[in-house]
Amino acid sequence: MNGFETLYAAPPALMAHAPVLMVVGPVIGACATVLAPNSRWAWMISVFATIFALWMSLGVAGEVARHGVITYAIGGFAPPVGIAFRVDALGSMMSLLISSVGVASALFAGHGLRHEIREEKQGLFHGGFLLCLAGLLGLVSTGDAFNAFVFLEVSSIGTYALIAIGGGRDRRALPAAFNYLIMGTIGATFFVIGIGFLYAATGTLNMADIAARLATLQDSRTVQAGFAFIVVGLGLKAAMFPLHGWLPNAYAYAPPLMAVFLSATATKAAIYLLARFVFTVFDPSIVFAGHFLDYVLMPLAAIAAIICSLQAAFDQDLRRSLAFSSVAQVGYILLGLSIATAAGISAGLLLLIAHALMKAALFMALGGIAMTLRARTLNEFAGAGRDAPWTMGAFAIGAASLMGLPFTLGFLSKWRLLEAAVEQQLFWLVAVIAASSLAALVYVGRMLEALFFRQPMPGAARAIEAPLGVIVPLWFLAGLSVWFGIDASLPENLANQAAIVLLGGPR
Amino acid sequence: MIFDPNLTLNFILLAMLVIVAGFVAATRSLLAAIILMSVYSLVSAIWLVVMDAVDVAFTEAVVGAGVSTIILLGAILLTRGEVQKPKLSKLIFPAIAAVISGGLLIYAAMDLPGFGDPASPANAYVGHSYLVSTPGDIGAPNVVTAVLASYRGFDTLGETVVVFAAGIGVAILLGFGERAATAAPQPLDPTGDHNVVLRVAARLLIPLIALFAFYVQFHGDLGPGGGFQAGVILSVAVILHALVFGLRETMRALKPGFVRAVAALGVLLYAGVGIVCLTNGGTFLDYDFLFDRDTEDAIPSGLLGDPDAIHHWGQHFGIFFIELGVLFTVAATMVTIFYAFAGRAPDAQKEAR
Amino acid sequence: MTFLLQHLNYVAVIILMMLGLFVTFAGGNLIKRMIGLAIFQTSTGLFFISLGKVQGGTAAITISPTSPEAKALAAQIDPATLAQTGVNGVVYSNPLPHVLILTAIVVGVATLAVGLAIAVRIREAYGSVEAADIAARDRVPLPGQPAEPLV
Repeated sequence: MNGFETLYAAPPALMAHAPVLMVVGPVIGACATVLAPNSRWAWMISVFATIFALWMSLGVAGEVARHGVITYAIGGFAPPVGIAFRVDALGSMMSLLISSVGVASALFAGHGLRHEIREEKQGLFHGGFLLCLAGLLGLVSTGDAFNAFVFLEVSSIGTYALIAIGGGRDRRALPAAFNYLIMGTIGATFFVIGIGFLYAATGTLNMADIAARLATLQDSRTVQAGFAFIVVGLGLKAAMFPLHGWLPNAYAYAPPLMAVFLSATATKAAIYLLARFVFTVFDPSIVFAGHFLDYVLMPLAAIAAIICSLQAAFDQDLRRSLAFSSVAQVGYILLGLSIATAAGISAGLLLLIAHALMKAALFMALGGIAMTLRARTLNEFAGAGRDAPWTMGAFAIGAASLMGLPFTLGFLSKWRLLEAAVEQQLFWLVAVIAASSLAALVYVGRMLEALFFRQPMPGAARAIEAPLGVIVPLWFLAGLSVWFGIDASLPENLANQAAIVLLGGPR
Repeated sequence: MIFDPNLTLNFILLAMLVIVAGFVAATRSLLAAIILMSVYSLVSAIWLVVMDAVDVAFTEAVVGAGVSTIILLGAILLTRGEVQKPKLSKLIFPAIAAVISGGLLIYAAMDLPGFGDPASPANAYVGHSYLVSTPGDIGAPNVVTAVLASYRGFDTLGETVVVFAAGIGVAILLGFGERAATAAPQPLDPTGDHNVVLRVAARLLIPLIALFAFYVQFHGDLGPGGGFQAGVILSVAVILHALVFGLRETMRALKPGFVRAVAALGVLLYAGVGIVCLTNGGTFLDYDFLFDRDTEDAIPSGLLGDPDAIHHWGQHFGIFFIELGVLFTVAATMVTIFYAFAGRAPDAQKEAR
Repeated sequence: MTFLLQHLNYVAVIILMMLGLFVTFAGGNLIKRMIGLAIFQTSTGLFFISLGKVQGGTAAITISPTSPEAKALAAQIDPATLAQTGVNGVVYSNPLPHVLILTAIVVGVATLAVGLAIAVRIREAYGSVEAADIAARDRVPLPGQPAEPLV
């Protein structure tokens, strides 16, 4: 069990509605930030709303641990007539992760925004951020396919605009955001087309209902086309190779707050939805789904891991290098999922948690010194580690987790992936993981060398330590990477439970 | 084969759509492309009526031919470009990709149920059950509104939030229109009467448009209509005022901050209705719990007209309030977006902020 | 022949989708790409609506079976189908796809607005909305960021 059974986070009357309140709370918070009189108030509302969402997701986690699956019929109409939220172990793990990163990001925003955006617009920015959070939380809790599309778009629309704001500092954020918008919208529309095909074949939109009805419809070309479109659409959103083109520039030039939040949550939510459709709605035992996992997803994920690690190694821009490594990490996660055993999926999900924590910490550290230091390339960052030891110390921890050094969650999760690959006799996967880890050592090592050991250029601006309001959430995130590396019982239990649920185990 | 006028009309309209889309793709003038898009939306709206999708037709006409055209025109005003002639090599790859995916799609579509088949899974299962259960559950004649506002009301909340988020996004990117508000006032036309016709006509039309918007709003559950259509029509009234009388005048009457607040209040109203239902013992957005027992008993029985009909106070008022929330948010967001685009014009050539 | 007629709708909608997708990918001008995206999104809606049409049905607004419209409609359908698929003596088209597409249209215009706002900002920053020009200008190193970068 995962330790949440004894957690009664709130009185039962409130907990009964926790799944919905988890989503609606940030929405109401967003309205409040738009109405707020000044940016200070807007920030406090934002922090309060994210903490509320975290509280609700803890309540949900407790309920799920006790009952296995919780369903909540919104509007009082039972599915498939009405929309139902359906949270199981995987959904509750994702909502815990997203809301935790949300709290950390909101805390970071207190300082991180001041240099990016005008005072009058900061309230709007907080509002957009909270709506993005609400969309992601809704995405991982819903049991209705079209509702998932709506929440996907709720989280995406705010994202496109909030990334484009980085154009104030670096105009390359603007074409990056535009490209992301085009690719993301095409992805979402493909997803809707896929749902349309599924609806044409089954007549319902509720995911569990579709799964039940698909059992007899395997040979229909409509269903197969639906599957293909859903996978391509979600793959675009999840930055699955070769549909990842939008990600490196979008994360490299986005404002630091958005880089922190998005790198930890946006692609993960899309991966969640992909896993939900491939494993729960469709089933790996369905012929074409199984073929997809073995012959499409696994090779593409492997290619992503190797090629994008190499691209990260060759890029001089520090943040874009981290962005390429994100695509490589998504490759690892999808590798784990494509192995399709309990061990493999659990390893993939553990990698998901590890990556969210480490990337958020890395981007937050960079954001912390970006408030005073304008740097893009490794040379411009030279010596920052010595000038801002507290901030970049956390960066170093995140980097260690990225490299896969022992005593970090990054190491543990990669180890689990290797174990799962060996268990299935997929030795070529072991070679792939080893090769890409070597590349990771190179690009992360380069970063650490530039930050801590290289002399800054004469006359260049020096980094200044980030304020306490940034250091606290930063070290919290970095600390978790180490804590879980030593005692991984919490994330491992969550991942194992989620894997069992995905494979159709005890409900 | 029986000659079915509806079916023939359907094919003619689809052919027109394909032709118009082809011209949009081929044309090099952006203005032509935008006007053709407006034509495309209108023809789609007609096709949608032929397909019995009257609410969708209404929305497509207002949103597609109306607001989208306005926003697109605003955008080309600010970007001022003709499309350069594309190199043929750049066109080949997308063309091949489109042909291949199109071919695969058509291959897959052959397995789809026949057009108009009442027994297809799509039409016979959940869709059909809404038709059966709406009179008993909701009591509203317009089943589409019943599904939109009650059965799948959470989707509509999400959609309202999307509109709100877009308004926030555009306002952050393009500002609140403050450039127009602080710019020098436009001198009145020195030669006098060129705008008289516009001003007189606008003064007549704007209140009528607003009235029509409210009509559409409050009759949404009796006929085609509802919050989205009404919200867009209401915003068109404001935009017309700005186009004829000047953005400064409109912004003095409807300050940007006020408009944004209205948008936020709309979403709050919608979510608030859901929370009230929750605190009264139901689930979120379960309108049957909107009123507690005492309030329900106190409502006079003739309030909603026919005393013999099955009364669903909660459902009627729940739908009423959330549609109001949708009206506020959609109208305010469209006006905010217009302010943002139109207000960016004076200094469009200058710095990048 | 009947098979072709029954599926021609889908073929037409798919052609529209591919046209929209082609314009989105092949357009060098950002505004043109947004227009292509709009065509792509609305044609998806047309697909759903085609799924929901019921032959001989009417709009999903409840009408009394004794009204003249209902009687006129009933005259065009054979009684067996009417009994099976009709609700209180009237055949309606499926309302569910209509609800979904209403949502999708609104989401589409929201995306259009945000995309065009970004395009306007690009025009201000780069002086052009042609993809080729933007890429060319990015290859030239920037002289230096403005001192006050606030948006």
